[in-house]
Amino acid sequence: MTAPLSLASLHPAPDPRPELIRIEGLNKHYGAFHVLHDIDLSVREGERIVLCGPSGSGKSTLIRCINRLEIAQQGSIRVAGTDLASKGRQADQVRSEIGMVFQHFNLFPHMSVLDNCLLAPMSVRGLSRREAEERARLYLSKVGIESQAHKYPSQLSGGQQQRVAIARALCMKPRIMLFDEPTSALDPEMVAEVLDVLVQLAGTGMTMLCVTHEMGFARQVAERVLFLEGGKIIEDSPPEVFFGQPRTARAQAFLKQILH
Amino acid sequence: MSPEQLLAYVLDPDLLERYGARFVDGLLVTAKLVAISFTLGALLGMFLALARMSQSLALQRLAAGYVYFFRGSPLLAQLFLLYYGLGSLKGFWQDLGLWWFFREAWYCALLAFTLNTAAYQAEIFRASLMAVAPGQYEAAKALNLKRSTTFFKVVLPQSLLVAIGPLGNELIMMIKASAIASLVTIYDLMGVTKLAFSRSFDFQIYLWAAVLYLLIVEVVRRTLKHLEARLGRHLN
Repeated sequence: MTAPLSLASLHPAPDPRPELIRIEGLNKHYGAFHVLHDIDLSVREGERIVLCGPSGSGKSTLIRCINRLEIAQQGSIRVAGTDLASKGRQADQVRSEIGMVFQHFNLFPHMSVLDNCLLAPMSVRGLSRREAEERARLYLSKVGIESQAHKYPSQLSGGQQQRVAIARALCMKPRIMLFDEPTSALDPEMVAEVLDVLVQLAGTGMTMLCVTHEMGFARQVAERVLFLEGGKIIEDSPPEVFFGQPRTARAQAFLKQILH
Repeated sequence: MSPEQLLAYVLDPDLLERYGARFVDGLLVTAKLVAISFTLGALLGMFLALARMSQSLALQRLAAGYVYFFRGSPLLAQLFLLYYGLGSLKGFWQDLGLWWFFREAWYCALLAFTLNTAAYQAEIFRASLMAVAPGQYEAAKALNLKRSTTFFKVVLPQSLLVAIGPLGNELIMMIKASAIASLVTIYDLMGVTKLAFSRSFDFQIYLWAAVLYLLIVEVVRRTLKHLEARLGRHLN
């Protein structure tokens, strides 16, 4: 009862997952510098996307726009049909369902690990302390930090801090998780523990956009790899295509540099 | 010189009996004057710091002008301006119903000290708020925290740790500068010192004053040390 393989690969079934993010005509300038150039992008619910490209190509800016840490001058970003730039409860709700993990963790240093995870669920979601703590302990145990809940961030290693940052974002029960070079600031021996958490998260069906140069991770987890250059998405392919036969010379050169 | 003679030189029991109680009163007046004006100055200073960092150009300029004036002119001149200058407009204040305030040296001194320390504290707060890493604001925004939550829970505790050293400095300066209140008839520590000296002509009175100021400053220093350790407990 299996369909002919060749046919299936030539005409893949349309992806049944609904569209979650729709970016249209996004343009962003820093003064005279044109960081993002007419970006169009559609992301389905549960899709796992890796963004890569040389520095200054706009990949971080793009995901920071999705979180409204940067505001683009032109274009629109819709999440579940709601324009992120619009006002009102609906847009607030949607914006609060986008989690983000930063290169430098950005934990609140004066709060314990647990309090880092409690602040937003209690003050934004209005959870009681008991509910929030239950949730925080659940996610802290998922990232393997539960036993350190009472410690301050400065008492943890970089890898542990980044795992706390992931748990903190998950405590808001986001529909989308954005990662901005989550392993770039880590010592080499700590990269794996963070990537393990990301792989595990990918397995839960979370919609993920991750800026990273961890190509092994991209191969293993991503459904699509976006390659940016000069503020444009110049490749958008499944990892086996991107790594096997990159179309553009720029991507070929980039891969050559990064894989050797 | 016998020990008794030496003691009489720095802590004469007769003098102590005559002026000891007044010195305690003076000490309390100084403490009250500084505590009230420093606290009110902190509130005003925080608003000024936020105004200087706000988006509004008008607010920025207004706060900058305020700081420029109150840091740039002597505290003594500001006090005289309030007490003798504004205090001479009796009819005007009576019409406004504020004469009770500008009539009293105590209120004028409190106001002058508050306005003056606010300017210095505004600069301390501004610097310490700017010292909080941009990533902290980004993390707060990414978690969709309200602006007030971000300020009170995330930014302020971290900036206070940076501010506490310079704030302590400012407090100690204020304690000593408060001696000029004695020039407008207030019997603070310096006021009672001058009174006691003008009656006894004994220089040890000034020694007492110096030691008592030192004592207040020492109490402040120790308190700040504990506070700093508490605010910075995550760093250890």
